[in-house]
Amino acid sequence: MPVRHHSRPVVLAVSSGGGHWVQMQHLTPAFDGAELHFATTDPSAADRSPSERIHTYPDANKDTPLRLLVCVLRMAWILLHIRPDVVISTGAAGGFLAIRLARLIGARTMFIDSIANARKLSISARLSIGVADRVLSQWPEVAQSTGAEYRGAVI
Amino acid sequence: MIFATVGTQLPFDRLLAGLNNWAARNPVVPVFAQTGASQRKFDHIDTVEHLSQSEFATRFSAARLIVSHAGMGTILSAAELGKPLILMPRRLKFGEHRTDHQQDTATEMAHLSNVTVVADGEALHEALDRALVQGFPVAKSEADTVSPKLEPLLNVIRDFVWEQPTAQRGA
Repeated sequence: MPVRHHSRPVVLAVSSGGGHWVQMQHLTPAFDGAELHFATTDPSAADRSPSERIHTYPDANKDTPLRLLVCVLRMAWILLHIRPDVVISTGAAGGFLAIRLARLIGARTMFIDSIANARKLSISARLSIGVADRVLSQWPEVAQSTGAEYRGAVI
Repeated sequence: MIFATVGTQLPFDRLLAGLNNWAARNPVVPVFAQTGASQRKFDHIDTVEHLSQSEFATRFSAARLIVSHAGMGTILSAAELGKPLILMPRRLKFGEHRTDHQQDTATEMAHLSNVTVVADGEALHEALDRALVQGFPVAKSEADTVSPKLEPLLNVIRDFVWEQPTAQRGA
């Protein structure tokens, strides 16, 4: 296990490709000063910023149970390897899995539901309530009716 | 000149076929589409199944007009770069997505000045015709209007990362 440096927090930012990833990129200024790692489903994410620490995991959802299992194993490996202090996800399923597993190693966890979910929380966000330390919706009305928090939005 | 993207997970042939039919009538306008999981062939547009992030960014910034499913990645990128954007939401009833959330996204994002929302191929043709007549006007960037909601979100994440105390529940 690598020696921990507690001077700055180790952050693992988990997001599927596409919109989840784009939203996470909009949130990265919030991680300034931390040791930042990304986990995402799109291997080409590393093309644009090779200097950053980018880990990949298989894309999966509730309709692909076998891939979900592979995703769990891969995510567990990433978490044990990085030992993050904080895990933050913008979804989707892989983000929930990361947060569920991160609880086991004592990391603080936050799930920020995609702004695409304008009327109700995603399944991953709903599952994260009671599991993650914080669950945020980017829509005030959705937050109010679900027990999630509204703290702003990417657009 | 027109860049179309439908994401990568499920097929969205309703959009691609509509675009293809329009391109057949407008051969002078080059159309390039990332088709994702589609199994069909489209004769009047250039297609690729999947683009890497850097290829996607290059195509995106070169385009005069973006045609897309109602995916937030494309919506955010178009707002950032000030690209006019035609959105056709994927619908659950046609098996185009696992939920109907793109319909909600499209409704909520329709107020952005660069966004036109269309429900079907016919409306897509009308929107494309209109854009062509107007010479693909450059949309104004939404960058100035996004910051009021983004900054508080960044602050709450920052506080969480550095374990600063913040109130735990919204009003």
